[in-house]
Amino acid sequence: MQVPILKQGAYLIATVQSALTDEDLKQLRDTLVMQVSKVRARGVIVDVTALDVIDSFATRTLRDVAYMIRLRGAETVIVGIQPEVAFSMVKLGLTLEGVTTSLDLEEGLAYLDRKAKAHEEVRAHR
Amino acid sequence: MTPRVVLLNHVQASSTSVEHVTHGQEGLMNGSQEMATVTQPRLETTASRLRELVAHLRHQRAHLREEWARLITEAKLLTAMTKEEIFAEATSVYDNYVEALETGTYEALQAYARNLSERIIPRGVETHEVVGIVLLLRDVLARSLFATYHEDFNKLNRILDAYEPAANRIAGTVAVGFVQERERIIREQQEAIRELSTPVLQVRERLLILPIIGVIDPQRARQLTEQLLRGIRTNRAKVVVLDITGVPYIDSPVANHLVQTVEAARLLGAIVIVTGLSPEIAQTLVNIGVDLGKMNTVGDLQGGIEEAERLLGYKVVPMQEPVLHSA
Repeated sequence: MQVPILKQGAYLIATVQSALTDEDLKQLRDTLVMQVSKVRARGVIVDVTALDVIDSFATRTLRDVAYMIRLRGAETVIVGIQPEVAFSMVKLGLTLEGVTTSLDLEEGLAYLDRKAKAHEEVRAHR
Repeated sequence: MTPRVVLLNHVQASSTSVEHVTHGQEGLMNGSQEMATVTQPRLETTASRLRELVAHLRHQRAHLREEWARLITEAKLLTAMTKEEIFAEATSVYDNYVEALETGTYEALQAYARNLSERIIPRGVETHEVVGIVLLLRDVLARSLFATYHEDFNKLNRILDAYEPAANRIAGTVAVGFVQERERIIREQQEAIRELSTPVLQVRERLLILPIIGVIDPQRARQLTEQLLRGIRTNRAKVVVLDITGVPYIDSPVANHLVQTVEAARLLGAIVIVTGLSPEIAQTLVNIGVDLGKMNTVGDLQGGIEEAERLLGYKVVPMQEPVLHSA
């Protein structure tokens, strides 16, 4: 199951539509990390609303995506984790340390916009 | 033919379900099982005996009903009800009772028992009273059978053979109906208390507060988590103030659960601020080794709300002219 990746302004949006195998996840990670500099994206949103299970491999891959993308100069937000999924993740000790999470796509976009604005201001002051 | 089969089933069922089974009745059970397989004519006599019994009870209705109502008052049962009410209920219980004996079906009686329970439970009628009155009725009817058939002992025995299992089953049905109704009410109330115990309140756009009062047991902790995470979703909250001023202490499993809830909320993109931690709870949290980097805590609810407003970018400024002047 391929995950469609859309470009929206300066952001890339990857919407997971159904359960993913480990292979799918790796492919998603590689594609996103490659695409982010190709299109000069400033932020990446991974929407996992459709997932009702997020296991340790998925958590690690999502964290890797976020770290790698940061190293390539952009921000990542994971959006749409379901309440039940969130709690079972925490119970398993999977807390997505150091990764930004938001309620849904809208919130994720708002977060990235705020980040970009702050960035602009810092640059203007220099 | 169907009613007879139904009746027979009931007779057999009562041997397992009703607790007042005596030796004499067990004999009957065995006999009736034989009837089912071997002798058709004897089955008919059981049915005809019940018919005779029902006819007798119909005939004696006024007298027996009065006798029963008198015994109820004498035994000081149903004290919450007036004499007239007792008599009215006695009449309809009596009629339903005879009908159940006649038809061998208990659905109508069951429905009536539920309906009766619904009406009398709020008035404080106890289980032992309901069981008591049904057993009284059973005894009153049995006495009247003794009085009628005392000359023909064999006939009396046969009539009682037909009467006792059915009567016991009726008593069981009414008592169980009453207890079930009670349990249903208790379940409903528990549900209501549980819902009331964890209110999720929106104070501002994107800001929720959850005031918790009382001891948090594991079940309540689970429910708290569910309410909090759901609340974040439905209200699109960014900050939640969890006020536990009213919680005297928590044990380590619950403390762990609380920390996990805070982390789960972060995964939904919300920040939880915990306020009003008692010294005991602070001790418990330190003992389980909580990561203070993950947990926002503020001394009291006011401070928590102020911090939340700051995070959300609100600024509360007093008006130049206060609306409320101090006297």
